[in-house]
Amino acid sequence: MTDVRTKDAVTAADAPVTARRRRVHPVIVIAVGAVLVIALTYVLPPFRNYQLATVGAYLCVTAGLTVLTGLNGQLSLGHGALMATGAYTLALTQNKFLNLPLSFAVAVLGTTVVGAVIGLAAARLRGPYLAGLTLAVATVVPSVTSTFDETFNSDQGLSVALDPPPETVPMEQWQAWLCWGAALVVVLLLALLVRGRFGRDLRAVRDDETAAKLAGVDVARTQVLAFVVSAACAGVAGALFAVLAQSVSPGAFPLTLSLFLLMAIVIGGLGSLFGALWGAVLLVLLPTLSQSVGESTGSQRLEGNLALVVFGVVLVVVMLAAPGGLASIRMKTRFRRNR
Amino acid sequence: MKRIATAALAVTLLATAGCTGSGGGGTSGAAVPGVTDTEIVVGTHMPLTGPAAAGYSKIAPATKAYFDFVNANGGVHGRKISYKVKDDGYNPANTQTVVRELVLQDKVFAILNGLGTPTHTGVLDFLKTNRVPDLFVASGSRSWNQPDKYPGTFGFNPDYTVEGKILGTYVKENLSGKKACFLGQDDDFGRDSLAGIEKILGPVAAKESYVTSNPNVGPQMGALKAAGCEVVLLATVPGFTALSIGTAAKIAFKPQFVVSNVGADPTTVGKTLGAAAPLMEGLVAANYLPLNTDEANPWIQLFKKVNAEHNGNAEFDNNVVYGMSVGYLFVQALQAAGKDVTRDKIIETVQKNGFQGPGLVPLRFSAQDHSGYAGQQLTKVESGKAVYFGTPYTTDDNDGPVAAYQGQAATPPQNGVPAA
Repeated sequence: MTDVRTKDAVTAADAPVTARRRRVHPVIVIAVGAVLVIALTYVLPPFRNYQLATVGAYLCVTAGLTVLTGLNGQLSLGHGALMATGAYTLALTQNKFLNLPLSFAVAVLGTTVVGAVIGLAAARLRGPYLAGLTLAVATVVPSVTSTFDETFNSDQGLSVALDPPPETVPMEQWQAWLCWGAALVVVLLLALLVRGRFGRDLRAVRDDETAAKLAGVDVARTQVLAFVVSAACAGVAGALFAVLAQSVSPGAFPLTLSLFLLMAIVIGGLGSLFGALWGAVLLVLLPTLSQSVGESTGSQRLEGNLALVVFGVVLVVVMLAAPGGLASIRMKTRFRRNR
Repeated sequence: MKRIATAALAVTLLATAGCTGSGGGGTSGAAVPGVTDTEIVVGTHMPLTGPAAAGYSKIAPATKAYFDFVNANGGVHGRKISYKVKDDGYNPANTQTVVRELVLQDKVFAILNGLGTPTHTGVLDFLKTNRVPDLFVASGSRSWNQPDKYPGTFGFNPDYTVEGKILGTYVKENLSGKKACFLGQDDDFGRDSLAGIEKILGPVAAKESYVTSNPNVGPQMGALKAAGCEVVLLATVPGFTALSIGTAAKIAFKPQFVVSNVGADPTTVGKTLGAAAPLMEGLVAANYLPLNTDEANPWIQLFKKVNAEHNGNAEFDNNVVYGMSVGYLFVQALQAAGKDVTRDKIIETVQKNGFQGPGLVPLRFSAQDHSGYAGQQLTKVESGKAVYFGTPYTTDDNDGPVAAYQGQAATPPQNGVPAA
């Protein structure tokens, strides 16, 4: 199960969690985060608020994925499909009942169930075989939507009926609150979860399955649970994206999305929730950045493709300069200072 | 505390990015967004990359070229038109982002000619909430024609049901007694088109559908061949028109193809077919703008001149004609709205209609109708070129008759810029 990362990355990725345990309780971090986000939504112009909301939505899925891949060593290329599950469930429920909290609950529940099914199969698979299975899940989304086009409306997708936000709150600010509310709850739950026994089990299974088994850890159960937790997070993210876009379609959840998510958590720092935040920020900022670069060069064809190049370059540079990802950079300097 | 400090740093960075980014756009506070004394900014979302880029990516540069031509001739009411083109890759999630960027950050006056049914559907509510005029959407979906629900949205293309009725009429009059079948895209495009065809022909003998994410129509063409189809009506995008014709030829299936306008540009389809391009011979389609190969047409002469001067002499196909026609119509609307243009005023002006442009048939715009061109004329591919035959037809998306249109085509003004 160690084919995903190097020895170096493991130590670096583990360090933040242990460090945080000694220092600041996650609740405090989240509370500070919440205050910062709320303050930000008041000073940012509307479009930046929308981008902030998108970061929040991405954070839900990257946080879940980093726990699965970084802490449990299971490589998933199918989280885009899990997001699609959440998004479609939300759209279908919302169009029927027009009750956002209910639709959210159903979306998360639906994705959890799908995650459990995939997780059960995944627990039997290792390394490239697991990647293969999740890859298949990611590529099957468009076929499912066109096979059952009566329900999912094929490539065109569904629009999502939404009640307007409260009168006094601008749309984009409301979206930022919604996304970050969900993201902070997700991150808090994950942080609390991986601090305790479950987190130790995850790491034990990742590092050495036999040793974990000897120590009394139920390997299969841990793996399935990790997948389910991670799927639920992806479901939240998918539901948020459906709300943000007011529509769902297979085109919004392509295979490249799953790959981008994985790239983001690797660049951010595998296994670190702060790394997940960095990853989410990059997922929003890099395409914007490359778009403005593309525009300034005057070649409009470049815009859509440049993001891929930029992501690749950033990945290579970060892996060379800081193999533990962006979140590990400060850890190293602190260690140096301590010595 | 280090982590919190970094988080704070990250947030500050984001905030700074926000502040620097919001600097551009509207200069005068209470004035109309995107309009200054010297400039008017409009934006669009287009598939410059991705699955729908073939052909369609040439539309926005053509529109921009026409605006540059107008700007070089003094602009509209002293204002230069600045056209911001954003690539959405035909992905509805990207459309959300780029349209928000255009409206909230770049503060455009209007969204012009946003392309695609699935992509544009997602931003209708956003544009309505922000009261942004949503002019001349590049798609024939009937969704754009909902004046009560979306008062600022107007279509450009004849809607797919109108087109279906006209293609159906051709089949009924010229190929009666032959077994007619249908292959369409599995969305509003295919469904609306089929609805129009069946209004005229009654139920078709066999119908199949495809999705753009699966570039294989082998099973569908096989089924149509097995059903003994003699006429196949296609509601396909250019790539799939080529794929259908090529696949049919491979299995020795030679029906008469009758193709929707959006998928019938011979230059685009021929390029995809490559050496097999002669298979297009005899293909029947429809259009409502002058054809790119009609050198004698004054509109084509004008657009070719603009293309040479401002579009880097891009290959002159029907997408270029389309893009420039959109540009021409928008300039007409701006001219008619007058010097003190506002968002409400441009909507009012478009509803008033009366635009005479390159179109063979009139536009339908009125207070009750926000759909685009009212009909089409049939074309046939002869020695690699599409040529018009018969007369233009107009009809509605309901049970109205398909009637021949007798009006005369307008000619462009001397200097190529519509007068106020």
